[in-house]
Amino acid sequence: MADERTIRVPVGIAGVDLADAERAVLADEPPPLPANADLSVVGKRTPRLDGRLKVTGAARYTSDVRLAGMLYARIVRSPHPHAKIKSIDVSAATRARGVRAVHVVDHLMGSAVLRDKSQEIPSPHPIVRYVGQPIAAVAALTQADADDAARLVKVDYEPLPFVVDVDKARDPSAPRVFPGAADQAASAGGGGGASNVAVTGNVRGPNKSGPGGPPRGDAIEALKTADVVVDATYRTQVQTHSAMETHGVVADWKPEGLTVYASTQGTGTVRDEMAEVLGLKKSDVRVVTEFMGGGFGSKFGAGNFGVLAAQLSKKAGAPVRLMLDRREEHEGVGNRPGSTQRLRIGAKSDGTLVAIHLEAYGTAGTGTGAGVSGPMKNMYACPNVLVEESDVFTNAGPSAAFRAPGHPQGAFAIEQSLDELAEKLKMDPVSLRDKIDVDETGPHFNAASRRRERQLGAEKIGWSKRHAAGADAGPIKRGLGMAQSVWYRIIDLDASCEVRITRDGSVEVLSAVQDLGTGIRTALAQVVAEELGLRATDVAVRIGDTNYPSGVPSGGSKTTGSITPAARNAAFQVKRQLLDQVATLLGAPADSLVMKDGKILVRDQPTRMLAFKAAAAKLRTEQISARASRQEDYGAPAGKPGRGRIGVGGLGGVQFTAVAVDVETGIIKVERVVAVHDCGRPINPLGVESQINGGVLQGISYALYENRILDRNTGVMVNANLESYKIVGARETPPIDVVLIEQYRGRSSTDAGGIGEPATVPTCAAIANAVYNAIGVRIRDLPMTPARVLAALASRGTK
Amino acid sequence: MNPFEWVNATSVAQAIGLLGPRTTLKAGGVDVMDLLKERLVTPARLVNLRTVPGLDRVADSRDGLRVGPLVTLAQIAADATVQRRYRALADAAGHAATPQIRNMATAGGNLLQRPRCWYFRQEAFACKKKGGATCFAQAGENQYHAIFGNGICAAVHPSALGVALVALGAKLELTGPTGAREVLAEAFFTRPEAGIDRENDLGASEVLTEIRVPAPAAGATSAYTKQGEKESFDWPLVEVAVTLERNGATCSRASIVLGAVAHTPHRARAAETALVGKAIDETSARAAAKAAIEGATPLAENAYKLQLVEAIVRRTILAAATATG
Repeated sequence: MADERTIRVPVGIAGVDLADAERAVLADEPPPLPANADLSVVGKRTPRLDGRLKVTGAARYTSDVRLAGMLYARIVRSPHPHAKIKSIDVSAATRARGVRAVHVVDHLMGSAVLRDKSQEIPSPHPIVRYVGQPIAAVAALTQADADDAARLVKVDYEPLPFVVDVDKARDPSAPRVFPGAADQAASAGGGGGASNVAVTGNVRGPNKSGPGGPPRGDAIEALKTADVVVDATYRTQVQTHSAMETHGVVADWKPEGLTVYASTQGTGTVRDEMAEVLGLKKSDVRVVTEFMGGGFGSKFGAGNFGVLAAQLSKKAGAPVRLMLDRREEHEGVGNRPGSTQRLRIGAKSDGTLVAIHLEAYGTAGTGTGAGVSGPMKNMYACPNVLVEESDVFTNAGPSAAFRAPGHPQGAFAIEQSLDELAEKLKMDPVSLRDKIDVDETGPHFNAASRRRERQLGAEKIGWSKRHAAGADAGPIKRGLGMAQSVWYRIIDLDASCEVRITRDGSVEVLSAVQDLGTGIRTALAQVVAEELGLRATDVAVRIGDTNYPSGVPSGGSKTTGSITPAARNAAFQVKRQLLDQVATLLGAPADSLVMKDGKILVRDQPTRMLAFKAAAAKLRTEQISARASRQEDYGAPAGKPGRGRIGVGGLGGVQFTAVAVDVETGIIKVERVVAVHDCGRPINPLGVESQINGGVLQGISYALYENRILDRNTGVMVNANLESYKIVGARETPPIDVVLIEQYRGRSSTDAGGIGEPATVPTCAAIANAVYNAIGVRIRDLPMTPARVLAALASRGTK
Repeated sequence: MNPFEWVNATSVAQAIGLLGPRTTLKAGGVDVMDLLKERLVTPARLVNLRTVPGLDRVADSRDGLRVGPLVTLAQIAADATVQRRYRALADAAGHAATPQIRNMATAGGNLLQRPRCWYFRQEAFACKKKGGATCFAQAGENQYHAIFGNGICAAVHPSALGVALVALGAKLELTGPTGAREVLAEAFFTRPEAGIDRENDLGASEVLTEIRVPAPAAGATSAYTKQGEKESFDWPLVEVAVTLERNGATCSRASIVLGAVAHTPHRARAAETALVGKAIDETSARAAAKAAIEGATPLAENAYKLQLVEAIVRRTILAAATATG
């Protein structure tokens, strides 16, 4: 048993019920961090340290990397949704102008794989199961040469029957995507699915053990006892991640090892997968991600493209750049699965939930992980909950984890059904949630913060003035709606930082963790600066390189909650080294010294002080350094080491929206969003607000515009660009009011949580509820296009 | 894209002389770049018209407006005279694409760009416009396709300027090796029956050299509405340009032209007939809007466009009636 001590940490919501609580912690943990009001750097709105580099174009993204002698690559992709490859002839491509290497894919990643590999259709090459599946790749002196040569690769396909429509795929007579049961392991941050689920035809399920474990009670029987039952079916579309920077790498295979410049959310996860697939030691693979243009869950692995680039580099003996184009990005590197959800909710006449029963079918293409039931299982108190979820294989590109996997889909359904329930019970939707969002005992619940968030949001949007559904005269109808968010507080113990102080007074923090645009670079500087009594700009942040202490993959909204405690712990330890060395200079014991405002002071004797730089100059060695890791949650039993565990308590939020619906054109305009969220202790409120803005915008985009459209007759995506794959733009961006609550749990040395995922979960549902309030008709299909709004209005007219 | 020779033309005559089966003209290059990248054109020679002097002027006189083919959409949208006297044209130019694209895209390019049908635009689909036997949209994903005259090809004409210019009674000057000819914009755009591989009457050795809009009659007004799913960076689901002439309160002449509904800018003659002779008000505008969808043959996924047409035709008639230019 490690040495422990007891500390008193802030717990509760600032301004509501903040108090101290005792926590047993490891002996070398730093002292408790006071609430943000009592800090100088942490909790203060801090502009991104790399903002200037980014807006001036000086920041070097993966797509900006140019190495001496670098080759350019192009992937040959299947035009068929399902086919057996009879032969591949690369001879013409190999001889083409500028070509230095050609590689044929022998092992496909990213899709489900057959449980029994002997069931696979006999073939010398991987079976093609979606349009855009990689077949081979070419590396040449210029991109134009590579593009031309790729067209010379002759692939002889034997097309097979295919299915791209999820409803048709469920038919037992539909063409089979896989000739037997297939599974896909979950990836970091979500995605994938439970293994060993029954598979019938293309339907894999039902899986009854969604998030939060097995069924609770007996929902089917309990529904019969409910005073009121709401029974509705919802459909959601396939959304692609559409990050600004596409997937891609520059791979440089040298005798001494492989260096990969990657646009990734996980330098460590790319290194690990590269090492595994290519048969290298982890120490022989270095992954670098200096700046990164977004990933939203789709950029954890090496990727087929990354492995191809490495193999081309090895063959050519030169670095190879392989960045995907927008079509490839849409077709083959992930998406949010579509869903069809029949949801039944039973309640007592006072609103108390009696039962929730979800039957969901979703398609993750050739992947798995289309479950949606997180919000059904984790948000409201209900004794009887049964979710039955099935993945439906289709001949379409596989899904990948996407910003709160399953949750926007699930929220779209349950939050609309709850509003419908409220209406049946003649209750206000906020009051109903006050009644049922009360469970503080479940591991993922976060009822206290949401209660506060409902209150703040309702005040800010003017909820008390909300009119009855469809009450406006004239063609433009306005409405207010709200919906809630729940997400897990995920932490990762494979999160380490090193902090260095050098004699000239420079301070560095180093970690392999990458900043995918969310601002962890700035947050790390703040945490180290707070501990050392400096400003954030005094700290150099060196991240995104596996040569540094292992970081945390940025998924599951776990980065800040995992890596900032490591940074603080390392800063605290290097601070102790510094204070030990300078204590004699100040003639005071080290434990009486504090670091504040760029100085080292003797506690309670402010005149006895030494400037930080002067203190650093006295170091006995050129540099001192300490490395530390994220420790287990305070007060939690020690678990298995490493990645991805779910901490006690959830994250969440409540969003309110105001919309205007033109009932003659079907156009929905979001006029205002109030987003009230919690993320534990906010380290940089400015960065948190920025991420919430992004979550809201992505949610509006999902609610109204985005849709991967596959041609029903050929399986080809018809809108694989950013022109007809529609994404929210400047004129669709409403005023967004972000309200942050500070919720302290006393679980780590920074007590920070995450925000990326909860910020996008409720937006689509809040818009749908506002649309109902505007026009008096429910839109249960996403995206809520003019065609769907007009059809819904027309169907009401005929009733 | 394939390698090609680049020629900076210095005169229209030189450009015409360079025309041939594997020559492509380029103005702003917005559409040509897309076509090149998808290998829908594979020219041996690209002739740049931006180096030809004198094609980028806007001039208004008693006879009407003259717009050079190299004038950008941004220029048209910002031109005070166009805004005052040819309102539908200014609004059409100002609502196309994005500010960045409007700064590059030209009037000529906007009129001559190829359809944005997502089957036509993909190399993988050998549709009728590319010599194939199938219109993939008819039994496929056709939510953004034509609701009129879609029996051969369901692509819609992409030009916003075309819609406004047809409504304004504009003419186009086409110059060939033996001289120039003038055609009515309405006659310039062609239906699939007139040749599936084309959308207009431009000859193989002709260059569009000027757009001529007649001066508006006294008291004439116009309006244009684009209805996209989004307001930023989107094509219209439906667009409409309306010009009205009045005798007292009574509509004496109307021109109502729809975009994004047919292979050409689509003149809604039944709507015009319904309006002429009536006082322009909510009732007559509604009746005209109803008439605007006469003869429509919507496909499986685009019947919603009928309602959109009705709504925005009515609104645009009323907007034109209260407009000052």
